[in-house]
Amino acid sequence: MNNNIESHHNTTISPNESAPAGRMHVKKALILGSGALKIGEAGEFDYSGSQALKALREEGVETILINPNIATVQTSEGSADKIYFLPVTPLFVEKVIARERPDGILLAFGGQTALNCGVELYKTGVFEKYNVAVLGTPVQAIMDTEDRDLFVKKLDQIGVKSIKSFAAATMEEALTAARTLDYPVIVRAAYALGGLGSGFCNNEEELHALATKAFNYSDQLLIEKSLKGWKEIEYEVVRDRYDNCITVCNMENFDPLGIHTGESIVVAPSQTLTNSEYHKLRELAIRIIRHIGIVGECNVQYAFDPESEDYRVIEVNARLSRSSALASKATGYPLAFVAAKLGLGYGLFDLKNSVTRSTSAFFEPALDYIVVKIPRWDLGKFSGVSKEIGSSMKSVGEIMAIGRTFEEAIQKGLRMIGLGMHGFVENKELKIDDIDKALHEPTDQRIFVISKAFRKGYTVDEIHALTKIDKWFLRKLHRIVQTAETLEAYQPEAIDFSAAQNNGFDELLQLAKQQGFSDYQVARALWKEQVSDEAPITIRSYRKKRGLLPVVKQIDTLAAEYPAQTNYLYLTYNGTENDVHYLGDHRSVIVLGSGAYRIGSSVEFDWCSVNALNTVRSEGYRSVMINYNPETVSTDYDMCDRLYFDELSYERVMDIIELENPHGVIVSVGGQIPNNLAVKLDDAGVRLLGTSARSIDNAEDRHKFSSMLDRLGIDQPRWQELTTLDQIHRFVDEVGFPLLVRPSYVLSGAAMNVCSNRDELERFLTLATEVSAKYPVVVSEFVEEAKEIEMDAVAQNGELVVYAISEHVEFAGVHSGDATILFPAQKIYVQTIRRIKQITREIARALNISGPFNIQFLAKENDIKVIECNLRASRSFPFVSKILKINFIELATKVMLEIPVEQPEKSAFDLDYVGIKASQFSFTRLQKADPVLGVDMASTGEVGAIGTHFDDALLTAMLAVGYRIPKKNIMVSSGGSRSKVDLLDACRLLQQKGYNLFATGGTQRFLAENGVESTYVAWPDDEEAALKVNDMIAEKRFDLVINIPKNLTERELTNGYRIRRGAIDYNIPLITNARLASAFIKAFCRITVDEIGISHWGEYS
Amino acid sequence: MHKYKPVRLILENGMVFHGQSFGAEQATSGEVVFNTAMVGYPESLTDPSYEGQILTLTYPIIGNYGVAAKSETDAISDFFESHRIHVRGLIVQDYCEEHSHWNSVESLGQWLREEGIPGISGIDTRMLTKVLREKGSMLGKIVYDRDDEVEYYDPEQENLVAKVSCREVIEYGTGEKTVVLVDCGVKLNIIRELLKQKVRLVRVPWDYDFSTLHYDGLFISNGPGNPDYCAPTVAHIREAMRQEKPIFGICMGNQLLAKAAGADTYKLKYGHRSHNQPVRKVGSNQCFITSQNHGYAVDESLLGNEWEPYFVNMNDGTNEGIRHKSKPFFSVQFHPEATGGPTDTRFFFEDFVQML
Repeated sequence: MNNNIESHHNTTISPNESAPAGRMHVKKALILGSGALKIGEAGEFDYSGSQALKALREEGVETILINPNIATVQTSEGSADKIYFLPVTPLFVEKVIARERPDGILLAFGGQTALNCGVELYKTGVFEKYNVAVLGTPVQAIMDTEDRDLFVKKLDQIGVKSIKSFAAATMEEALTAARTLDYPVIVRAAYALGGLGSGFCNNEEELHALATKAFNYSDQLLIEKSLKGWKEIEYEVVRDRYDNCITVCNMENFDPLGIHTGESIVVAPSQTLTNSEYHKLRELAIRIIRHIGIVGECNVQYAFDPESEDYRVIEVNARLSRSSALASKATGYPLAFVAAKLGLGYGLFDLKNSVTRSTSAFFEPALDYIVVKIPRWDLGKFSGVSKEIGSSMKSVGEIMAIGRTFEEAIQKGLRMIGLGMHGFVENKELKIDDIDKALHEPTDQRIFVISKAFRKGYTVDEIHALTKIDKWFLRKLHRIVQTAETLEAYQPEAIDFSAAQNNGFDELLQLAKQQGFSDYQVARALWKEQVSDEAPITIRSYRKKRGLLPVVKQIDTLAAEYPAQTNYLYLTYNGTENDVHYLGDHRSVIVLGSGAYRIGSSVEFDWCSVNALNTVRSEGYRSVMINYNPETVSTDYDMCDRLYFDELSYERVMDIIELENPHGVIVSVGGQIPNNLAVKLDDAGVRLLGTSARSIDNAEDRHKFSSMLDRLGIDQPRWQELTTLDQIHRFVDEVGFPLLVRPSYVLSGAAMNVCSNRDELERFLTLATEVSAKYPVVVSEFVEEAKEIEMDAVAQNGELVVYAISEHVEFAGVHSGDATILFPAQKIYVQTIRRIKQITREIARALNISGPFNIQFLAKENDIKVIECNLRASRSFPFVSKILKINFIELATKVMLEIPVEQPEKSAFDLDYVGIKASQFSFTRLQKADPVLGVDMASTGEVGAIGTHFDDALLTAMLAVGYRIPKKNIMVSSGGSRSKVDLLDACRLLQQKGYNLFATGGTQRFLAENGVESTYVAWPDDEEAALKVNDMIAEKRFDLVINIPKNLTERELTNGYRIRRGAIDYNIPLITNARLASAFIKAFCRITVDEIGISHWGEYS
Repeated sequence: MHKYKPVRLILENGMVFHGQSFGAEQATSGEVVFNTAMVGYPESLTDPSYEGQILTLTYPIIGNYGVAAKSETDAISDFFESHRIHVRGLIVQDYCEEHSHWNSVESLGQWLREEGIPGISGIDTRMLTKVLREKGSMLGKIVYDRDDEVEYYDPEQENLVAKVSCREVIEYGTGEKTVVLVDCGVKLNIIRELLKQKVRLVRVPWDYDFSTLHYDGLFISNGPGNPDYCAPTVAHIREAMRQEKPIFGICMGNQLLAKAAGADTYKLKYGHRSHNQPVRKVGSNQCFITSQNHGYAVDESLLGNEWEPYFVNMNDGTNEGIRHKSKPFFSVQFHPEATGGPTDTRFFFEDFVQML
């Protein structure tokens, strides 16, 4: 009897009940990382990979990691047994497999990059050839989810509804499909990460344009009926090989279907689903995961009808994803860790809940809070980019806010994204011409447009009609506006902040705090435009007097049903009791994290934060982290003794400091956000560890720093802060062109620019910026053809402890975050190095630095100028630490803890190898953006490669960021005369190697004059010409496009833009810097890919 | 802003929680318990097993999707687990009056007011839950102005099953096979699930002597309170066990079957009330996520030799079901009928009916 229970399961691997449960015999496992951070594939995979490695190590499995992303935590010493900083491509992975002969491989932890690479290797029989078992989900199951046709068939077999879609391999098929389905349709590219090449089309014309582009990324397009306006719901599902399943978390998108989930505000758990709906979708998710045969974790996305219980499955991701990282952080359930264990053959029943450490890992977390995820965009960094958000991902990072009301969580979150907003209300006035349009056609500003609309009297129903956002969310947002308006109606004079209480106002203040208002928001609501810097402090001291304080709550996975053994914490005003008992022992050291990933600050600061935490802990202090980025390893509750997943605002950090009573606070490892808090915290009497706040201010404040350099006799480019055009012209007369112009208020486009003549200057200052007393412009001398040199260092009490000097491949003018960096510096004069060390010592002494710092130099013929100094860890700290094999952050943290450190004996001169850091750009995702490099940073990630010499290191690095070695045809448009000269040798080399060169007018003539043959191609705007460059790009006739921007004239800009953008849109490698192009060409002409050595990190010594 | 009247929850240990009233403004008392489910408040409130209890929901934002219509199909409510609210009071952190759902006809507050049940918001429900976890479920009262508006009420002191069971025999459905359902406070979804299996269902009061009825299978339902009050039911079950007709019990049904099989029950410190209780089929690698709502558990050490544990709770090792070693008698402590909660074990209904 009762044996029919078993019959209800479709077990693919039949559990052998007599055999003891436990893992398979894997001795050595290879794990693939995701490479450089890019839009759609970012820090979340450092987190999942790190968790997987932890799980494998716990089992005594020898681990091999391939990941060229040198700034990650997973590529740290001790994280894997062997780490290869190599491209995650079939070629390199096969070489590593051949060399290492692992018996297992994990494909699910490195995003789409690892998955695609794994599928490729499976198809070509590499796993079979080397007898490598794929651990976890079988490759066939992965292919079933990735190929749309297979996927739909698979779901049909179990009666699960998917979105009706047609696969099209040609334009004609695409158009026919759309006609059958009826417009609007959505186009998706198969096997593409983060919705690359996807979009909505309302008519044939739009489809034609989009499909043309999308075919460049994928051989197969999926045309499907648009379900715009439906709810979007996701489930994270786990299955073990015994067919036991759980759904760890469900999530609901604030933005309805039509906006990529990576672009949407997301809440967990779902808010508007009834029990019946929640469990209907949950049941389907389990049915799907069983049928597909996932072993590990997968994500199921649904479209859900807001007017019935009708649904469609959008897609299944058979791997760890951005959503699974979010779900792990949202619930405290370590999905990647568990998935890795399941891959080794464990059952969920074998594993423990890692928060309670007593209950089973086979359970579904119960949340007693709400989390809100908000994407962070940096579209302002790109000129020409479309600001609309839709079915393709553009955001570069995200935050997660935790609260016990939706209002509290979303307001926290809107502050966390770090775009100068104070929450949903009380922000600086947004200029929107057409609110209806802005609501209907969402941009990165959408949420603030809703705020504005409420202020303009729009009702919830009206906003719902235009946005299709569920009224539940809109009503909650409306409540925030109502509270703001009630506060605004108060006369601040009528409130006596010195009194013990103010009836009426006190209750309102409490409500406001429960709805997530910051002290600043309250102050601004009361004092409006007249709000002073002290006003928020007034509110703070008043509410402290009233006992109106946030409480600390624990995330425990079981909603308090069982006690938690970990300290994963957040603060809320919706509660009365702290979950943490504070000892007041002054043993806590608080490390402030980096916040949302953004252009200019990403995984490298997470590495720094994690290393600081490790050192704090190993030195016997209680390590305390504050950060709110769900993509990070530093927000893993295992990484520290207490994790506050909360804001890095002055207000919240002070709340935590007042509870923790710490030994001190570290502000120098999390990038600019904590650095900016230094002075305010110091003013409040907080003990900052390491370099003093005054010194930080002296380095940050342009005027103070400049006069210090003058005092020390250190050279710097001439600069002035100017408020009128007249002043600027006078400065030009004195210094000449080119100039670097840095406005403080930007209307559109890039925030900084180099101007080479008066025309350009006028154009930039009038069109792109505002110049006034309120918005001064900093204009500095721009040194051309100067080398840029970076100094990363740690000092103790003003004395240098360790340093690393690296040089840029590109000349100054390319942002250091975009530049290709070489360490140790190979091509600078010994005299230059000596002078740089000398200057560094003087600055370290003058600022009495204790901790990490970074100085950027310009060097031209031994003439050394300082351009910037940051008294904090810089972006290149993990890179230089890992190349030099000296952990700069560990040393810096010891210094900050006042532990004596010795100067390491090793020096960069001793290295028999070189490291190259290359940048990853995500222009493919940023439609219409000009893919050109300039003084403002545009890259989204980076890799680091090690080689025995410059060429192999550069080639490895370039391949790792997506470049391909050209086969035959190279198009060159080499810009001004200097860059033409720079490229001449490289072009000659190409000719010798038998490449076909194509060149635009000037370049072609120049090459011919110098004896290099090339075929003339016409500029895009040349109506007459037969051989137009853009047509050839569209036909994919080139394997590499080199386009060096010459100047800022209208024609040059338009033509250059069209070439560059064309290359990006047609997925042809593009280089826009002559020095880099030249170095790359020389490298691949001198050595072949096969000559690149396959060595792991440990072998370089 | 504050349109709701201030209200207090007082626990028998003297702790006081201040909140706002969003339900009926009526003092009440009962046993305070917590449930960690994130959805399903209409189902929980109408679950007869909550009779006599003040329910705390740990999910903080409650009321989001309002309350559905009181429509019926074949005299069975479409959306609720019984015809009325059974909890004596509801405690939440953040009450949401402005509900949003195509299926809702009123707000949670309106519904509570209609049925005369108080609701409190603004309570630190996590703190309250931790108190209940550490000290065990305890009595409490909800008062407005004075502490003595109402006396503490201990639901243990009365036979709650008798209060919530049907008063007379009710028949549902048609089918070749007949199932007698002993109503100890049955959730309507048990009836819906059995009817889906095309059986004729005879629902009888808890103490009804069904031995006179012709039937093919016996079902013993869930129900509130202390199983010790159900001695008559246990006697009837014992009688039924003389035959070989299949018996299936859920929740209280598990406890009563266990008693009939010689075991005893005991009160858990704070019970299992959630949608995420993991259970494992004894001697196998099969695990299920289950919905649960019970304060008592079976002490399986006293089970007769003919019986064996069927399921075990993977968190605390308590009994989650028993079965007879040779006869078709089995029961589970969890709720395969779900509503609210996960539907993973719904197959039990089909399995049971196939045995008939």
